[in-house]
Amino acid sequence: MMPILVKNLTFQVGRQRLVDLTSLEILAGGPTLILGPNGAGKSLFIRLLHGIIEPTSGTILFNGRVARQQFRRHQAMVFQKPVLLRRSVAANVAYALKVHGVTGRENTRQVDKYLELGGLSNHAKQSARSLSGGEQQRLALVRALACTPQVLFLDEPTSSLDPAASDSIETLISNAENLGTKIIMITHDLALAQRLAKDVIFMQNGQMDEHALAEKFFRSPASASAQAFLASKFTPSSEINGQN
Amino acid sequence: MQNFPDTLAHSIGLIFSGDPQLWAVVLLSLKVSLIAVVASGLIGLPLGALLAVGRFRGRQAIIVFLNALMGLPPVVVGLVVYLMLSNNGPLGVFQLLYTPTAMIIAQTILVTPIVAALTRQLLESLNAEYSEQLRSFGVTGFASIPTLLWDGRFGLSTALLAGFGRAIAEVGAVIIVGGNINHVTRTMTTSIALETSRGNLELALALGTILVLTAILVNAAVTIVGMPARRVENG
Repeated sequence: MMPILVKNLTFQVGRQRLVDLTSLEILAGGPTLILGPNGAGKSLFIRLLHGIIEPTSGTILFNGRVARQQFRRHQAMVFQKPVLLRRSVAANVAYALKVHGVTGRENTRQVDKYLELGGLSNHAKQSARSLSGGEQQRLALVRALACTPQVLFLDEPTSSLDPAASDSIETLISNAENLGTKIIMITHDLALAQRLAKDVIFMQNGQMDEHALAEKFFRSPASASAQAFLASKFTPSSEINGQN
Repeated sequence: MQNFPDTLAHSIGLIFSGDPQLWAVVLLSLKVSLIAVVASGLIGLPLGALLAVGRFRGRQAIIVFLNALMGLPPVVVGLVVYLMLSNNGPLGVFQLLYTPTAMIIAQTILVTPIVAALTRQLLESLNAEYSEQLRSFGVTGFASIPTLLWDGRFGLSTALLAGFGRAIAEVGAVIIVGGNINHVTRTMTTSIALETSRGNLELALALGTILVLTAILVNAAVTIVGMPARRVENG
């Protein structure tokens, strides 16, 4: 599946070019974090990578081959606001497994396994929509993991969660990464980005201003836009909270 | 002319007397309307779902047309079905005029636009909510229809109930294509019209009471049966 190669990728609405990337290579290995200010085109970019929206032009290659429908079966995505089916917690996971060809007793066994992984076993028969925000995001994440994706796209999975809920999501992401799943994640949480990232893509105005190893990016970003972004984020209060 | 309390008392007595003529009419009405609703569901649910999910040329025009058909005048439908089924009509060879089948056809034509239009409306909003996630699962286009129909089933049951309400209360079309023939095509609504004109108000009111109770009972049954599942759906 890896690496992911992006060539001359654009996404345009009317005359406005919302994503415009000339060339990018995302390698296998640790998590790739996508940073940038609001409206930078980050969410559009990972939707393009995942294939749920079609680019205006350009190509995305997975392991040297053009990404098509079958590649999506090896990927999963968790949205900023999780979209849960109007079913029980267990039925949400069962649906994802069924779509990926896991049926019958194996489906039930896997549902139990993933609900336990997400700490949701006690909520199995409950309506998915009656869960708290953190639990809903955990369910969305374990449902995505149940598809055993090679690549997992995460669009600000902790943005509206309290610290405890964020920690549990971070643990699940780390576990997935340890099991070999490539994580490509958007976040505004720089502390989380510093803890998880192997490399960072910095975007602004639909373009990639910088792609660097995380250590180098956070120590000495090369682009002026990234420097300004980090300077605005690393305020004295964030340092007290351990973001630096 | 009798006063209303006396008529009501007699009509209630008639309901509990087990009068075979009355219950034959009730059973025929239920049979015709239920079959018409099932037929409308088989046509209207997939049609509505296709319009909700599909993006094709002329879609908007079809939606406008379908919405307009929700207000089809029953007597016009009755007249058109009559012309189609009469001996000189294109379907005259089947000899269906003045049979329950003709009434089922007329009611199906009246109910299908209601079911299809409400299904389209409901599934379109559900699809707007689900579409990115379903595409992420690799479930795209028309393949998403079974999921949308299943997850929207409680809203859709309301669409079918609305259709049943239209069918069971309908009189204009069934009287034209059924002919209101005793023991053959006489339904609750056509009987009420006939018995009222004859002055047999006890029977008319008894049938009217059963008609209203039927609508209430069907609604209650659907609500009660769906209650546990609805809790799981909505939390």
